[in-house]
Amino acid sequence: MSVLLIAEHNNKEVKPFTFNAITAASQIDQDLHVLLIGSKADDVAKSLSEVPLVKKVLHIDHEIYENYIAENYTAAILKHADKYSHIICSANTFGKNLMPRVAALLDISQVSDIIKVISPDTFLRPIYAGNAFATVKSNDEKKCVTIRPTSFEAAETTGGSAEIEKIDAADQSENTKFINREEIKSDRPELGTARIVISGGRGLQSGENFKLITDVADKLNAAIGASRAAVDAGYITNEHQVGQTGKVVVPDLYIAVGISGAIQHLAGMKESKVIVAINKDGEAPIFSVADYGLEADLFEALPQFLEELNKLNTIQK
Amino acid sequence: MSREVMEYDVVIVGGGPSGLSTAIKLKQLNPDINVCLLEKASEIGAHILSGNVFETRALDELLPNWKDLNPPIKTKVNKEKFLFLGKTKKISWPTWLLPKVQQNHNNYIISLANLCRWLAEQAESLGVEIFPGFPASEVLYNDDGSVKGVATQDMGLDKEGNKKDGYEPGMELHAKVTVFAEGCRGHLGKELIKKFDLDKGKDPQQYGIGFKEIWELKEENHDEGLVMHTAGWPLDNSTYGGSFVYHAENKQIFLGYVIGLDYKNPHLSPFDEFQKFKTHPAIKSILEGGKRISFGARALIEGGFQSLPKMFMPGALLVGCDAGTLNMPKIKGSHTAMKSGMIAAETIIDHIKSSKELSIYEDKFKKSWVYKELYEARNVKPSFSWGLILGIIFTGIDQILFKGRLPFTLKHKHADHETLKPASEMPKIDYPKPDNIITFDKTSSVYLTGTNHAENQPVHLQLKDKDLPIKYTLGKYDEPAQRYCPVGVYEVQKENDVEKFVINSQNCIHCKTCDIKEPSQNITWVTPEGGGGPKYGNM
Amino acid sequence: MKILVAVKRVIDYNVQIRVKEDGSGVVTDNVKMSTNPPDDNAIEEAVKIKESGKASEIIAVTVGEEKAQETVRKALAVGADRGIHVKVDGTIEPLAVSKILKKIVEKENPDLVFMGKQAIDDDCNQTGQMLAAHLNWPQATFASKIEVNDKSLKVTREVDEGLETIEVNTPAIITCDLRLNEPRYASLPNIMKAKKKPIEQINASDLEVDTNPRIEHIKIEEPPKRKAGIKVASVEELVQKLKNEAKVI
Repeated sequence: MSVLLIAEHNNKEVKPFTFNAITAASQIDQDLHVLLIGSKADDVAKSLSEVPLVKKVLHIDHEIYENYIAENYTAAILKHADKYSHIICSANTFGKNLMPRVAALLDISQVSDIIKVISPDTFLRPIYAGNAFATVKSNDEKKCVTIRPTSFEAAETTGGSAEIEKIDAADQSENTKFINREEIKSDRPELGTARIVISGGRGLQSGENFKLITDVADKLNAAIGASRAAVDAGYITNEHQVGQTGKVVVPDLYIAVGISGAIQHLAGMKESKVIVAINKDGEAPIFSVADYGLEADLFEALPQFLEELNKLNTIQK
Repeated sequence: MSREVMEYDVVIVGGGPSGLSTAIKLKQLNPDINVCLLEKASEIGAHILSGNVFETRALDELLPNWKDLNPPIKTKVNKEKFLFLGKTKKISWPTWLLPKVQQNHNNYIISLANLCRWLAEQAESLGVEIFPGFPASEVLYNDDGSVKGVATQDMGLDKEGNKKDGYEPGMELHAKVTVFAEGCRGHLGKELIKKFDLDKGKDPQQYGIGFKEIWELKEENHDEGLVMHTAGWPLDNSTYGGSFVYHAENKQIFLGYVIGLDYKNPHLSPFDEFQKFKTHPAIKSILEGGKRISFGARALIEGGFQSLPKMFMPGALLVGCDAGTLNMPKIKGSHTAMKSGMIAAETIIDHIKSSKELSIYEDKFKKSWVYKELYEARNVKPSFSWGLILGIIFTGIDQILFKGRLPFTLKHKHADHETLKPASEMPKIDYPKPDNIITFDKTSSVYLTGTNHAENQPVHLQLKDKDLPIKYTLGKYDEPAQRYCPVGVYEVQKENDVEKFVINSQNCIHCKTCDIKEPSQNITWVTPEGGGGPKYGNM
Repeated sequence: MKILVAVKRVIDYNVQIRVKEDGSGVVTDNVKMSTNPPDDNAIEEAVKIKESGKASEIIAVTVGEEKAQETVRKALAVGADRGIHVKVDGTIEPLAVSKILKKIVEKENPDLVFMGKQAIDDDCNQTGQMLAAHLNWPQATFASKIEVNDKSLKVTREVDEGLETIEVNTPAIITCDLRLNEPRYASLPNIMKAKKKPIEQINASDLEVDTNPRIEHIKIEEPPKRKAGIKVASVEELVQKLKNEAKVI
């Protein structure tokens, strides 16, 4: 049996998380087929065929797939799901919306948001917002699995030459209409739910200097936090405050810049998965909780940091 | 928006052992009586913290068939130890030489929070209406000055007290009799004691702060049914306190420390004394390889007989530790609290049925075994004001030879907020850094309490004079709130070289220590928005 | 219009989760439980729609053990009209819940079904979509804004790229994001009144739904502890570590 991965794309490009999901899918079974459902998406099909881990690209092209509608995608997937042991996609809003609809119609109990493939039927997944890890074994004959993209490396994107097979579309749902999508850059993720948070403290010395934080946040699609000292000093409004009296955040990545790390602040962020501290004072308590500490002047370090991030191309906005 | 009003026969404020026992007894005596019980915690039990070695005497009377009702009372005490700790040494005191009040072989190691959850089920099955998440924030009075009932806290006010979108006004609950069962230093109880001068002629009330941690031990270190107490290190001879180590079921121990809030050194940090205590070889060896799973703290009453206020007033009664019925030498207050509630219930029934005065509560109380217990225990705590060693010698004579019947009563001389000496006159105390294995900091501890208060609500820790902490208390006492608060609610922070007193009220675990110990009585604890505060499990 | 709102009882979000030593699960005994937070948003939205005159009845439904009723009771206190409690003991997977809800939908014929986008205990994020599939209804997940029209809804969804707006014909399933609204307080008078509202109890076993788990929980464990931190020498090293070692960017 083979595994079928559902690609996320915008009809022009593959969305980066798809490459992470490809890595995970290939760990389940080497015979990995990617299903591309789109409209005038030949470029996407080509890109996918160049991924070395992909053995075959199934391409359904029809105008009804110009926009992603779970109802339409589901019908298309079900039409071609028969011969696969696993149906896989990334556990972002795309996959979270889609996969359960597919699973229900196949009468499969889905395994959501896995962070590790232990065997083709056994996976590791976080529960209780990551406060516990569950090793789960699916006893369904066929499996529907969604992948936490950040837990798997992105697959190589060049060097492969998989066959592209055009396949049939399915019926369109009459009950759901796409209206529009606003890609908002300025509207950053909320502090409480963001995957990445970058916070500034009194080390920034002024409200204007918070621009340095904002620039990095834009790049990382991060929420902006602040220590109480920065809020009290008037550099930023109090809805950004992280700490005992502010928000408690548990992002995958927390970057504390110019924050000494008063017990106050630590209480609000010390459960973050990865903590980075950038501070001039090597003795600052923030370093005691940081996974990566950089003892440096933030006014030099932040622009450099942005520059280095710009060199990476895997950051999904 | 005006407040809605609801009439009940009896309104009970607080869902601890005394309030719940009052409710159960009322319904047993008269199933038709309407009883409403308010609890500030998000659920019954979530603000309960106690040792607890439980004496079943009151429960035997309240629910004689309790054993058939699947109560959370499982572990019978089967072994007892008492240790005097030196810095590294320990002396084991033979248990047969312990005063009878400190012998526990008929008692059980329980979680009082779970007992309260169970009592609440019993009460509800009898028809008591229980509303958790609704703090009574205000006493309502009739024109004649008698207590009319209580009002619950408004919900949805912002920091400045303005109404937010979801604002819901509090509700008035009127009752023939209102029973205050808020526990130690109840904030309405405090108002009533003052208003009705209930403590006239009594000694100042005495308090302690109690810490508790639950640990899951390695199998070989666990000895279910063992009750151990210690005195001595790390406290000095002049500070009253000691520890408890109760081996409960499921490989757990209830580990705690109680420190009298009449301590003198403003540099003392009760939290850190407790953490330090765990590093004693006799304690550390038990904890090693184990895991701390819960933490909490709560003030408790230590004044006993001499400080017990009058417990009745027009329209209302005080029960349990809202008055102060804890038996300190016994280190137990649950059974006395329950009994006081049961007596209150009998009083109320007589009052409603035969219009008897509420003052009969006092007569009934004086005839009960609670009174006898408190009377016999009365001289123990004050004798420790002479220091640990003299206190022990006196207690031996008083409790073992005379069984508490010496023909005099020692006095509590000072209220706890009066005992601090200026910081400059007292030695600083150097507490070791936490190792995060046996000892911990306040931040990681407060996490375990699950405490939270909804954002943007009025600060429930009120300063009478907001400048006093920096202007006066910092200089004279090095602002002891930074240390006596067990969870770091109070901080003095320097900003642009200006010192600032910061109140992180979101962290508050409702222990009430600040309200008691602040040297100028400048901090008043009031009820926060409903459901706020710790979320204790089996504490 | 009739709205069905599904609510779930979960460990309160303020409680620190504790994993059982034997790896069989997390400790739930004597732990404070509450309504799953986005389910509160679901109820709130339904109540708002009713208040605007566009809905006539709100039915709150839960699937779970005896005490799961408390969650329905709370929904009744903030504006639901009546409740349904489908009683099951032990764990139940979203697939089975969605099949049970399908039976309830067939019985009650609502025009809309609301629920939270995800439960904060198992973090599955499946039930709403699965129910939509079983009913062959349209779904609008992660809703942060809802506009109710005559025979359709315009729903703004919180997606990775930003906001997406779709129009779904009723009947439809909506799963709610925390940003959808600000849930109101349950006031004491309303809690008192809610005690008198009816909750119908149904045994899951009477609905002829297979509730047997398909997924075995082999082990529940604590997440690995934080490794001792290191100091990096340069920004380049920092970015390289974040990308290749921590894999967070």
